[in-house]
Amino acid sequence: MNFDDTPQEAAFRAEAKAWIAANAPKQYEDELRKASLGRVALKGANILEVAKAWQKKKADAGWACLHWPKEYGGRGASPIERVIWQQEEGPFGRLSSMFIIGHGMCGPTMMAFAGEEQKRKYLPPLASGEKIWCQLFSEPAGGSDVAGLRTRAEKHGDEWVINGQKIWTSGAHYSDYGILLTRTDPDVAKHKGLTMFFLDMKSPGVEVRPIKQASGASDFNEVYFTDVRIPDTQRLGNVNDGWNVSLTTLMNERMSIGAGVATGFPELFDFCNSLMLEDGPAIENRAVRSKLANWAVKASGLKYTSMRAISALSRGERPGPENSIGKLVAGSMIQDVATYALDLQGAAGALSGPEDAEVAGKFQAMLLRAPGTRVEGGTDEIMRNIIAERVLGLPGDIRVDKDVPFNKIPTKGRA
Amino acid sequence: MNFDFSDEQKQMRDEARKFLSEQCPPKAVREVLDGKAPYDKSLWKGLAEMGFLGVAIPEQFGGAGAGHLELCVIAEEMGRALAPVPFSSTVYLAAEAILIAGSDAQKQKWLPKIASGDAIGTLALFEGKGNPSPKAVKVTANGGVLNGVKKPVADGAIADFAVVAARTGSSGRESDISLFIVDLKGAGVEVKPLTNIDLTRGQAEITFKDAKAEPLGAAGEGWSVITQVLDRAAVLTAFEQVGGADRALEMGRDYALDRIAFGRPIGSFQAVKHMLADMYVSATLARSNCYYGAWALSTNAGELPEAAAAARISATQAFQHCAKNNIQVHGGMGFTWEFDCHMYYRRANAVALGLGSLSYWEDALIDRMRKKNAA
Repeated sequence: MNFDDTPQEAAFRAEAKAWIAANAPKQYEDELRKASLGRVALKGANILEVAKAWQKKKADAGWACLHWPKEYGGRGASPIERVIWQQEEGPFGRLSSMFIIGHGMCGPTMMAFAGEEQKRKYLPPLASGEKIWCQLFSEPAGGSDVAGLRTRAEKHGDEWVINGQKIWTSGAHYSDYGILLTRTDPDVAKHKGLTMFFLDMKSPGVEVRPIKQASGASDFNEVYFTDVRIPDTQRLGNVNDGWNVSLTTLMNERMSIGAGVATGFPELFDFCNSLMLEDGPAIENRAVRSKLANWAVKASGLKYTSMRAISALSRGERPGPENSIGKLVAGSMIQDVATYALDLQGAAGALSGPEDAEVAGKFQAMLLRAPGTRVEGGTDEIMRNIIAERVLGLPGDIRVDKDVPFNKIPTKGRA
Repeated sequence: MNFDFSDEQKQMRDEARKFLSEQCPPKAVREVLDGKAPYDKSLWKGLAEMGFLGVAIPEQFGGAGAGHLELCVIAEEMGRALAPVPFSSTVYLAAEAILIAGSDAQKQKWLPKIASGDAIGTLALFEGKGNPSPKAVKVTANGGVLNGVKKPVADGAIADFAVVAARTGSSGRESDISLFIVDLKGAGVEVKPLTNIDLTRGQAEITFKDAKAEPLGAAGEGWSVITQVLDRAAVLTAFEQVGGADRALEMGRDYALDRIAFGRPIGSFQAVKHMLADMYVSATLARSNCYYGAWALSTNAGELPEAAAAARISATQAFQHCAKNNIQVHGGMGFTWEFDCHMYYRRANAVALGLGSLSYWEDALIDRMRKKNAA
């Protein structure tokens, strides 16, 4: 049992470290380090431009999409090398947030289902950040039940005509391309009538509207499709096999390993170290200490769970199912941590203006963003189902709509 | 990086599991539960023959000289099987205290007997309610004899000797406390078994009346040794707790797959699935904290105090959580004497207290994190 690199890993780490030291945009390091949660913004600079410049620089030197094959813009690196890169990239990795969906989900789907010519055309600029991709799956009628989606694709000659609406699309407003899951046959059971495409987000008939979230911010979009035409050559996988294609997309999403999930604990611990309560420093209060200790062991438990997964990668094995707990634990923890940080401030905890609020309003922002964390990318309930079914081997839910033609499934609860 | 046990260590875990599944099935645990024996003597002998009692004791003192990572994997299996033997008292507490503070002669005298299963040891620390604290130690040591009462003492009624924390000064500082080894079969020692919630592990009250005591370690160093012993025992006990948590989770999972209600396995209901998923989450967080504790213990790292507290808290919570919800998954059957669920529930809640309760370790963890932060 040890935390030491193998000689090859150490050599890779040294090379990565040296290149990052010589090339990273250090003028933003402090701001990126402090922007520990939620959206990253830079004062006096356009975050998108800074991020694209860093990604391009990495790509030119062979440090982009490390795990992708070289011919598609990657490095052909091993999974453990990818983790080492993430560790060394540190705060500059936050500049990758707008590329995560493209690199983690769209790219691997293209690699599995697009033609060779398309792969050579579209993947390198995706790897280098010159083109940004988004993923168009969720709909107002299909969130956790993504196979309940209704956006229609109808064949007209060599083209498909798309009509419908997507929702919760991260980055649609700055994306160049997207992968799109549609319904091509409503007369069969819901999983059996879906088809996947990729499309140019500048296509006529695509309209992107930002969603104003409960937090007041806008990180996501609605995307409307009105008679949007997609050539059949941009179909991914067979007609009506889109469900299997989408499973490939989702299974390729292993970004959480090594990247670490935000729990809010380090921020709360620092806060309690400096906060004075009526009867002395918060950190010396028994009740505060008990709360902190409980969160501390969750945060460390997640950290070392991730280390175990990295160890499996280092041995050349697939990580076990342990890592599936990360989002579930961190999501509700960050909400509880934020609630408690405000509680410690009494009535003043409600103030959220950066000039009045403690720690520039960090915990108030965390509190308002947290409900989304527990929903996006799989709700807490879906995550528990996944653990129960795939890890513990418990039976799946009884699905009453499994064998019903999609257009016969009820669409309303109370009439 | 290999933040995992080696193949040899995993093999040892498999061996221990196989041995315990044969020698320590629930039926054997029930012999002690039902009061037919104070502990499982033949299992104790068997553990000695397997080399498990002395796995972390150096060869020169009659042990296998393997190390603490090996002891961690065995501890996990002991917890999983609810082994009704004085393993933790003897191996994690008494042997560790002697390894840390004992003279060469004391090591020669006691460690080979521990490894061979011929001596059961324990740590006599507590004196009534409360968590570990030098202030709570009232038993006095004067002129080579002890006077006072210790309770509860884990496995005190079956132990041959105890490492006893006693007061040798009155300055109000930690340096008032020193350690002694006492032969519990000797004159001036009265032992009274006490009933406790875990019927598979005994507790006792020990009264010393001018009982002969031999100093262990330097005078005034007792509390420093106690702190080290508790940290080391916290990691090892946490592995027992993780073993127990995993077994309780498995029992719940298996029952949920087999039990039919409302025309379907109860494991297909989300209320039950989600309860089991949350048990898995607790057990996984605890296991990962334990691995860090194992690393710190085996390398004697400066991080050990913090890692031990985190492992202790996390594993205590996990075992309690899994044991109580295992009964809940079982419904009414889980509340019968006949089903084994209550044995895990009893153990989970008793072992949560033995080295100091959760609040003690929560406090310790934050203290230790603050120290690191300030450094």
